[in-house]
Amino acid sequence: MRAVLALALRTLAREGRSGDLAVLFLALFVAVAALTGVGFLVDRVDRAMRLQASEVLGADLRLQAQDEINPAYTDEARRRGIDTTHITSMLSVILKGDLTQLANVNAVAPNYPLRGKVQLANAGFWYAGASRRHSRARRGVAGFAVARCARCKGWRRDLGGLRRPARHARADLASRPGFGLRRSRAGAADERSGYPGNAAHTARQSRGLCKPVRGRPREIEQFGRWLAQQKRPGERLRDISEASPEVGNAAQRAGRFLSLASLVGVLLCAVAIAMTARRYVKRHLDLAALLKTLGATRGTVLAISLVQLACIALIAATAGALAGYLAQQGLLTLLKGMIATELPPPGLRPLWMGFAAAFLLLIGCALPPILQLARVPAIRVLRRDIGPPPLTSLLAYGPAALVIALLIQWVAGGGWLSLGFIGGLIAAIGVLALAGWLLVTVVGRLRAGTGIAWRYGAANLARRRSESIVQIVALGLGLSALLLLTIVRGDLVEDWRARLPANPPNYFFVNIPGAERDAFHELLTGQGAKLSPMSPMIRGRLLAINDQPVAKMRFPNGQGDGFASREQNLSWAEDIGPGNKITEGHWFTPAEYGKPLVSVAINFQQSMGLKLGDKLTFDVAGETVPVTISSFRNVQWDSLQPNFFLMFAPQLLDGAAGTWMASAVYRPQDPARVADVVRRFPSVSIFDVDQLITQVRSIIDKAVMAVQSVFLFTLLAGVVVLLAAVQATRDERRYESAMLRTLGASRRTVLAGVLLEFALLGLVAGLIAAAAAATGGYFLAARLLEIPYRADPLLWITGALTGALLVCIAGWLATRTALNPPPMQILRQG
Amino acid sequence: MERKIVLEARELTRKVSSPEGELTIVDAVSLAIAAGETVALVGTSGAGKSTLLAMLAGLDVPTSGKVLLDGNDLSRFDEDARARLRANSVGFVFQAFHLLPALTALENVMLPLELAGRRDAADAARRMLTRVGLGERVGHYPRQLSGGEQQRVALARASVTHPAVLFADEPTGNLDTATGASICELLFELNRESGTTLVLVTHDITLAARCGRRLTMAGGRLV
Repeated sequence: MRAVLALALRTLAREGRSGDLAVLFLALFVAVAALTGVGFLVDRVDRAMRLQASEVLGADLRLQAQDEINPAYTDEARRRGIDTTHITSMLSVILKGDLTQLANVNAVAPNYPLRGKVQLANAGFWYAGASRRHSRARRGVAGFAVARCARCKGWRRDLGGLRRPARHARADLASRPGFGLRRSRAGAADERSGYPGNAAHTARQSRGLCKPVRGRPREIEQFGRWLAQQKRPGERLRDISEASPEVGNAAQRAGRFLSLASLVGVLLCAVAIAMTARRYVKRHLDLAALLKTLGATRGTVLAISLVQLACIALIAATAGALAGYLAQQGLLTLLKGMIATELPPPGLRPLWMGFAAAFLLLIGCALPPILQLARVPAIRVLRRDIGPPPLTSLLAYGPAALVIALLIQWVAGGGWLSLGFIGGLIAAIGVLALAGWLLVTVVGRLRAGTGIAWRYGAANLARRRSESIVQIVALGLGLSALLLLTIVRGDLVEDWRARLPANPPNYFFVNIPGAERDAFHELLTGQGAKLSPMSPMIRGRLLAINDQPVAKMRFPNGQGDGFASREQNLSWAEDIGPGNKITEGHWFTPAEYGKPLVSVAINFQQSMGLKLGDKLTFDVAGETVPVTISSFRNVQWDSLQPNFFLMFAPQLLDGAAGTWMASAVYRPQDPARVADVVRRFPSVSIFDVDQLITQVRSIIDKAVMAVQSVFLFTLLAGVVVLLAAVQATRDERRYESAMLRTLGASRRTVLAGVLLEFALLGLVAGLIAAAAAATGGYFLAARLLEIPYRADPLLWITGALTGALLVCIAGWLATRTALNPPPMQILRQG
Repeated sequence: MERKIVLEARELTRKVSSPEGELTIVDAVSLAIAAGETVALVGTSGAGKSTLLAMLAGLDVPTSGKVLLDGNDLSRFDEDARARLRANSVGFVFQAFHLLPALTALENVMLPLELAGRRDAADAARRMLTRVGLGERVGHYPRQLSGGEQQRVALARASVTHPAVLFADEPTGNLDTATGASICELLFELNRESGTTLVLVTHDITLAARCGRRLTMAGGRLV
């Protein structure tokens, strides 16, 4: 065994220096660099997103309850080494003389927030006061930060028995999940709150205890699972994935797309390695035969190759991972300024993933042909035309397909995304192979009667029929992946941008009394605000599903418990709002106005396990309202428009006393005008969403940056595939070029023939790739990413020209040295 | 005293399929070669010399018949067993030298010793290279050696394990007359020194004439 190892390493070192293994090394190196580069970047962006989502939540987990949090939870968290903090929320009224202001009050512990930080608001709008000593004495929590009042700096706040000056103005919009649209989720008055003084003035006093926790991700995950099992009805557990529908949507889209892009990179890696492995085997057939002649067994021959490939994989993976890390660092430096915040350092997962992928790709794509080395007959030393018996199709492609499927599952996870990708891949390979076969057949018949360059190029394609088809498939796959990525990338970015208008609403107004609706509208529009159509809103609690009380039901996820245990904002409208799309059933027709029907957002549907036709019973202002589900809606929560989980049929709730809400583009020159609005409409809650928009944009910018860098890595991997494809036939071309030049062909003629062959190859591969990309793009956009797909004729032109150009350049680069040496030198070498 | 038979072929036949039907390359050849004997297989191109040589050395499997090499019936051996037998009992010299370009002269000669598990591979290979006149060139790669020198390395590699039988396929075919003559001289010297049996295929009349026995093939048969 030692001799085998020594021989393998010795020949590897020498062959490495002579450049024989350079292409295989390069393929693995770029493959791992692409994979780890993408992995590091995705990991960092993912961590940044999670961190940002954590900041929105103020922690990694949050438990909300109407009552006192069970001390056992805190004890368990402490036992696990997880930090916790407390928030107490209530609605109260802030007074100044005769003026009153409804306010959402949060009393927080000194270590709040565990994630993110509290920031000053820009205008004199959000204020908070610090009164640690006082509140610690009163409630055992330290400090209270108060949400909102107009021009209340210098006021004395009267919150129950507390009277503190608002000296330290602080507020943090980001720390308010759901940008406050669910601010009154805890509806029940709490007599034990310790702030009884103003209860009479409070529209809806509420109390919620929150317990953000912080620790290492795995511990948080485990604690979250434990907490989910322990929590009582009415307690709601939230993690960063549901911290905010807006952030969740953006992160989900980005994650899906980045996974897809990674998959394309993985695929190109596999193709490049398979091609270079074929070349490795081809160049080692003689060596294997000689070793057998000298007494090496099949196992010895195989072991030598495996040791060599393992060494190459190890070195290439190390260098590739380092290059991947440096590449993403360099890219981040280049893109500095695009990102609002520093990305956290990456974890180790991409590193071991890169190493594991390198070995997996070798096993799947390189091992089957390498098995051929062990099967080469020793008599090849005397008869070079004798090679190993051909691999069965199952052995040749089965392991590669299996490994690719495993990697797809690993990188993108299961579900429709993986299945769609595998299906598209198989279809693309089939179409490319068929088209390749057609091309070779047609070209073979057309080669007579034209110039020597054409005849030579066409003859090359036709003679190496199977090799040509393999190259077309490989090139086509690479090109279609690049084109597909371009399509989806463009559409996705466009979609994101389209979803965030240039001038998005920056204020939300909630609790507008019906009687003051017109006056409110008049005041705001008078101040230059552009108001969206107002939406009616009324509070209601879900009592039963199909006459089964929800209190006794179990739901698919924790969010379902939350929906069941708290009041919902109910609304109605004649038109389905922008950003809402019916996925099942139909929107209300005029004939259905006033009928007991409801349209449900799919988030609500999935959390509650509902189906069309289910009967929901609500308690609306003390009245029982049974309704039937007539449709499900996909709601675009990141549209920054008022959206509701539950939309009732118009006219059904007309008699109920509700309020209205509106969003507006509102940029008052003088912040005092906002205070005027508050003074005139004291019951209206006003939310400044500028900070939230900045945060969402920051997240999207990070995702776009990641997408672009993924695209660069994929492009690089595609180029390596092209080089590997051309390199595979380099020796034959070298010999043929020498023969032709010996027979009198000029170097220019030989070069023209070679370039023509590459151009034909690239042209058809590009056209077929465009067709595959268009099909794949349609599938991904319409079915998976839910983005409208627009067919683009430029795709076909780009595909054909890019294919021809890329293959010509790669072909020229790979073969130019083969055409340069004197023919005699090449012919002597054989 | 009668010498021991180290290589014997009994009714050795090799047939291959071709578009024209089944072709018989070697047709029921029987022969016996004694230890230390030098045998030349001669004949025109396509007579079946190289195929016979390949079967005698266990590189190829006959369609029928059997080969006894150093007392071992090769038909009973699988591919790996034949390889192990070659490692211990057989040496090869080829027309195209077949040196590993990535290995130095010394490493090329060490190769069969290492495959046979010998620990003194380097010393033995160095001694053998010195014996063939390349003691000063042990660190050279094949591309740094002339054709004659490369064939000397190949001879050293074939002889270093002291095989029972040394097979040579046109050992001077790629060399000029003078170099070919010196290689021929070296080949027979090594044969004499080690008592190895030599079986060679050649078109070179001079080389064939130096062998103790000449077997002529035509149409797959010994004539």
